[in-house]
Amino acid sequence: MARTVIPFGPQHPVLPEPIMLDLVVEDEKVVEAIPKIGFVHRGLEKLVEKKDFHEFVFVAERVCGICSFIHGQTYCQAVEQIMGVAVPPRAHYLRTIWGELSRLHSHLLWLGLLADGFGFESLFMHSWRVREKVLNIIEATTGGRVIFGTCKVGGVRRDIDTAAMQSLLAQLAVIEKDMREIVDVFLEDNSVKRRLCGVGVLAKDDAYQLGCVGPMARASGLTQDMRQLGYAAFGELTFQPITRPEGDSFARCAVRCGELFQSVDLIRQAAARLPTGEIEVKVTGNPNGEFAARTEQPRGEVVYYVKANGTKNLQRFRVRTPTFANIPALVKLLPGCDLADVPILVLTIDPCISCTER
Amino acid sequence: MSEAQTYLPLSPDALVAKVRELHAEGYRLVQIGATTLGETIELNYSFDRAGTLLNLRLQLPAAAAHVPSISSVYWCAFLYENEIHDLFRVHVEGIAVDYQGKFYQTTVPFPFGTRAQTAAAPAAGN
Amino acid sequence: MAYFRMTQMALKWAISKPATNPYPFAPRVIIPGSRGLLTFNKDTCVYCSVCRKKCPTGAIGVNRHQKKWAIDRLRCISCGYCVEACPKDSLALSTSHGSPAVTKDREIYQGEMPAPKAPAAAPAPVPAG
Repeated sequence: MARTVIPFGPQHPVLPEPIMLDLVVEDEKVVEAIPKIGFVHRGLEKLVEKKDFHEFVFVAERVCGICSFIHGQTYCQAVEQIMGVAVPPRAHYLRTIWGELSRLHSHLLWLGLLADGFGFESLFMHSWRVREKVLNIIEATTGGRVIFGTCKVGGVRRDIDTAAMQSLLAQLAVIEKDMREIVDVFLEDNSVKRRLCGVGVLAKDDAYQLGCVGPMARASGLTQDMRQLGYAAFGELTFQPITRPEGDSFARCAVRCGELFQSVDLIRQAAARLPTGEIEVKVTGNPNGEFAARTEQPRGEVVYYVKANGTKNLQRFRVRTPTFANIPALVKLLPGCDLADVPILVLTIDPCISCTER
Repeated sequence: MSEAQTYLPLSPDALVAKVRELHAEGYRLVQIGATTLGETIELNYSFDRAGTLLNLRLQLPAAAAHVPSISSVYWCAFLYENEIHDLFRVHVEGIAVDYQGKFYQTTVPFPFGTRAQTAAAPAAGN
Repeated sequence: MAYFRMTQMALKWAISKPATNPYPFAPRVIIPGSRGLLTFNKDTCVYCSVCRKKCPTGAIGVNRHQKKWAIDRLRCISCGYCVEACPKDSLALSTSHGSPAVTKDREIYQGEMPAPKAPAAAPAPVPAG
């Protein structure tokens, strides 16, 4: 059989961001996939030499447009750990609430993109309709829609007062009802099931060996969730990582659907236990030391390695984003699948290329 | 939050054997990162098992940074190894999928390396 | 019936009001607390340059001698660092997001000069970066 190379991307209808795959196909079957990235490499890690470590929170937040808050939070955690700053408990809880709101909007965005990817346009519209309500909450509490800008070294920059929290919880109840409607379609509609079930099966062992993180790993049955490390307020909240044993595209969709409701539950728990008190502490001096902070982003584990030498500029700032860890799994999944399944497989790792290339 | 993080200094020759050992013990490769410190390049290989982080640390001279690839043990390491080659000019020998320096498209060759490296790069003919 | 999950939803939305705004005809509802345009009060400003030093993107330019304050709107990220730092509370973030920019201009504000001198012709210095 003659082999043909089909370039997939960097511009492709299912891709919001540029990644390129050279697909070697025999007839309609993919036999090999070679990823090419580097189209949006901005060198943010190098920028740390020009900005001081307080200002750099803004750069860290702009690593990604979707999981922005958790990027800023992880950076702050790394610096706080080096400097030995004790963040007030209220700030921890507020960070938790915003982090989970960010997970909600990211997963809803992804569900919309997935629906769009398999050609279910109206479901895409409905997912994004609900996401808009989450964005409204975020804008009302932080001032920004996707770039929150509320995290700082030593705490948070804004507070959520009791009235705002009540309104947040009331809106959340409406959102939960709306989400139930769309999630029912994703998980029970026959056309969706037929498109996703059994496509791109990743076994549990493979997922571990390939270093998969986040929903990708959990959909293959690994109970790996960095929130279990207990950063921010997660140590005091109760939750169980959502896992599925199947490891196919449907499982990855189902894990993310489950996490929507888990996030709502975590926000409610955090709101109920929100302690009173300060929201930030004054940070003086410069960091000196190194630390690798790890948190759970909507797409999985993110690692922030920060090395400082006692000056106001950090020596090294290194980000390992979840998509970077999931690309090897994608490359392993593609050989043997149908050409028509490639968009679904690329989408189910939730590719966030700006993150990946920084 | 305060998790214990161990850093184990290691020589490049002992790397693959140690990584093989960690692989057998069930560690997961988290990341490979490089740091430029004056005229040395420091490599961190981070591994995770059940939420604890273990780092292997290599110190290499920036002028001749050679390191063996661990992609024969952890296949997924090929992305990190191409990255440290393209940004830091660390020569990694035997990567499973070698992009030959074309992984990142940068106008400056080896932008994260030391100043001497970046300046010497065009002469070296990259 | 699994086939009718979407049908139910489609029918419901076929008879409900649209969820979207008819944008150019009805403006977007302004959410209180939103971080929008930076507003400047030239009457209280003492031109101390703290906002210029604090600005993470270098969007603000201040000339103490000529009493000029300038902002590059396309650089400003509405983070509010300058608002927190301003000792005279001359800066504030409004909830309005302004009209779309079609040119790259710096907005320059001229404070009142103490002695009547010829107005300086030189524009406010742009900080490098």
